[in-house]
Amino acid sequence: MTADLVELLKAKTSEGAQEMLARNEETVRQLRHEAGGVLRLPEGVTLDYGDVDYERPDDETMILNLGPSHPSTHGVLRVMVEIRGEQVLRTKPVIGYLHTGMEKTGEELMYHQGSTNVTRMDYLSPFFNELAYSLSVEKVAGMDLPERAGWIRMLMCELNRIASHLLWLATNGADLGAINMLVYGWRDREVLLSFFEKVTGLRMNHNYIRPGGVAADLPDGWRDDVNAICDVVLRRMDEYDNLLTGQPVLQNRMDGVGPLDAATAVGLGLTGPLLRSTGVTYDVRRDFPYLLYDQVDFDVIVGTGGDCWDRFAIRVNEIRESVRIVRQVAKMMPKGDYRTQDKKFTPPPRNRIDESMEALIHHFKLFTEGFRVPPGDAYVPVESPRGELGCYIVSDGTSRPYRVHVRAPSFANLQGLAPMARGGFIPDVIACISSIDPVLGDVDR
Amino acid sequence: MSDAAHESQVGQTEEAGAGAPSEEGGGPLALHGCPVTDELGQRAVHTDAKGYLPLMEALYRDGFESCIGVTGVDYLTHPGRQLPAEVQPERFEVVVELVSFSRRERLRVRCQVPEDEPVVPSLFDLWPGSEAHERETFDMFGIRFSDHPDLTRILMPEDWEGYPLRKDYATGAVPVRFKEVPE
Repeated sequence: MTADLVELLKAKTSEGAQEMLARNEETVRQLRHEAGGVLRLPEGVTLDYGDVDYERPDDETMILNLGPSHPSTHGVLRVMVEIRGEQVLRTKPVIGYLHTGMEKTGEELMYHQGSTNVTRMDYLSPFFNELAYSLSVEKVAGMDLPERAGWIRMLMCELNRIASHLLWLATNGADLGAINMLVYGWRDREVLLSFFEKVTGLRMNHNYIRPGGVAADLPDGWRDDVNAICDVVLRRMDEYDNLLTGQPVLQNRMDGVGPLDAATAVGLGLTGPLLRSTGVTYDVRRDFPYLLYDQVDFDVIVGTGGDCWDRFAIRVNEIRESVRIVRQVAKMMPKGDYRTQDKKFTPPPRNRIDESMEALIHHFKLFTEGFRVPPGDAYVPVESPRGELGCYIVSDGTSRPYRVHVRAPSFANLQGLAPMARGGFIPDVIACISSIDPVLGDVDR
Repeated sequence: MSDAAHESQVGQTEEAGAGAPSEEGGGPLALHGCPVTDELGQRAVHTDAKGYLPLMEALYRDGFESCIGVTGVDYLTHPGRQLPAEVQPERFEVVVELVSFSRRERLRVRCQVPEDEPVVPSLFDLWPGSEAHERETFDMFGIRFSDHPDLTRILMPEDWEGYPLRKDYATGAVPVRFKEVPE
C-alpha cells in the first residue's frame, strides 16, 4: 500500500531528465557541468576534476533532494545535490515550479498594460522590472522622458534596492542561524514599503513606473519621509554591523564558503553582487548609464575573494551607497512633469474629460486601443539588486508587443550554484543559495 | 578588472579595434563578414544557422567576455521585419546579447533559424553561461542546440507537449493540468 503510494507520487512528481540522474545515465559533459566545471575552449578546462571521479560506482554517493518546499530555498527552488558523506559533488537546480508564462501574457497585453505584468516577476524589486520594461518600450517607441520622471524613477529604484537588500540580510540571517536578523530585516523593510504605499498606493507590485514616465507625482512631504528613511536605515546598518558583521560565528559560516573566481563568474554570465564579489567591476549603472545615473556620485562595491562573506559585505555596503544616491536625488529633484506630455502616449488630464468631447474620445481610444509603436526591437538593461535585468522587446507596429523577453538576473545567477557548492558541505549549500539571492518569481517568470 | 584571471581572459581585446565594424566584405557595415545594423543606438549583427558558430567564435576572440542572454523570437505572424538585404528571413530567430566588460560594449547577434530544421550549435563551449538560456529557448520555441550538454525542458514540466512561446501555440487552448492528489 505505502509502496504503491510512493511509486504513484514518484510518477506524478517526476521531472524526468530535468532531474539529476545517476552517474552512469549522464554524459561526461553534463557531469562536469553539474560538478561546476566551466569548460572554455581557449583556456581549456579551468577546474581540476581530480576529486570528481566519474569511474566510481554510484553506491558510494547519494543524490539528495532539497526543496522545492524548503524554507531555505527562498521559494520553490529545488536543488538536487550528489553527496559523498557530507561532501557535495554535484549540484543541479530544478526550476519551473513558479512558471506562469508571463512572457506569453506580455504578448497579449497592450504596451501600457505590460508593466502590471512584469512587476510580478521579481517581486522583491518590482520597480526594476517596470523600469527595464518601460525603458525598452520608450526606446522602441522613441518617447522622450521628462527629467523629473527620470529622477523619480531613480529615487524609487534606489529605495527599492535598499528594501531588497534588507530582506536579503533578513533571510540570509535566518538561513545561517541568525534568526533575530529575520525580524529586524522585515521590520526595516516595512519602513520603505510604507513609503512605497504612500507614493504608489501599493506595497508591492506597484505598476508605478510606466512607459512615458511614472503613474503619479510624489506626494507632499516626500522629502521629509525620504530623509527620515535614510537616517533610520543608516543608523540600523551600524547596529547590524554590530549584530552580524562583527560576529565570528556568522563570519565563519560565510568566510571562504562558496568561492568563485572571476573567470568562472564571467563565463557563467553572472552579474550583480555575485560577479562583483569576484573583483569584476561591472555595474550597469556605471558602465551603461541609464536614466540620470551619470549625474550622481556613487561607488561600485567590489570584493576580492568571491565567497559568501564578500557577497554579504557587498550587499551591506550597497545599502549605504543607495542611501547616498537617494540623498543626492532628493537634493537634485527638479520641478516639472512626471510623465511625458506627448499626446500620443498620455491621456488628457481628468478635468479636461468632463468638459471636452475630444478629450473623452482621446482618453477612451488610448485605453481601449493603446498606442502604436513603430516596428523594431530593443534591449535595455538595468542594474537590479540581483544583477543585470534586461527587457528585450520586439514590436511589429501594433499596440501589443510582438515579443517580451526578460533577461532575469536570478535565472542566470543560479548557474553559479554548482561551482560554488562543489566540494563544500550541505550547510554550505544553504549559505550559497542564500548568497545568490534568487527570487523564484524572477527565475521562473 | 583587477583580477589576474580575468585579465588573461580578456587579454585579446587589445587587437586593433576588433569589435568595430569594418569595411571588408559583407556590405557597408559588416563584422566578420556579417551585416550589421545600428538601430536606436543598439548594434546588431545578423547571421544564419550556418554562419552562427564561426561568428560567435570570432566575437569571443574579439573580447566579448560575457554572454548575457540567449532567447528566441518566432516571426510566424510578422515575417516582414526590417533586415539587411543579404539576410534571408526565416521563421525563428535566436537572439544573443553579448557584453564586453573591458570595452563597455554591447552587441546583439540575431541568427535566422529555419522552421523545417530549427537547429543551431550550442554556445556552451564558448560561454558556459549560455546553458540555461539555451535550455529555456529550447523549452519555449523548440529550437534545438546541438552539442548542448543537457538539452531538456527547464521551465515547463517534462511531459509538456508543444512549445508555448511559438505564435501558433494558442493561449488558453490547453486546460491547466493539476496533478491529482493520490487517495
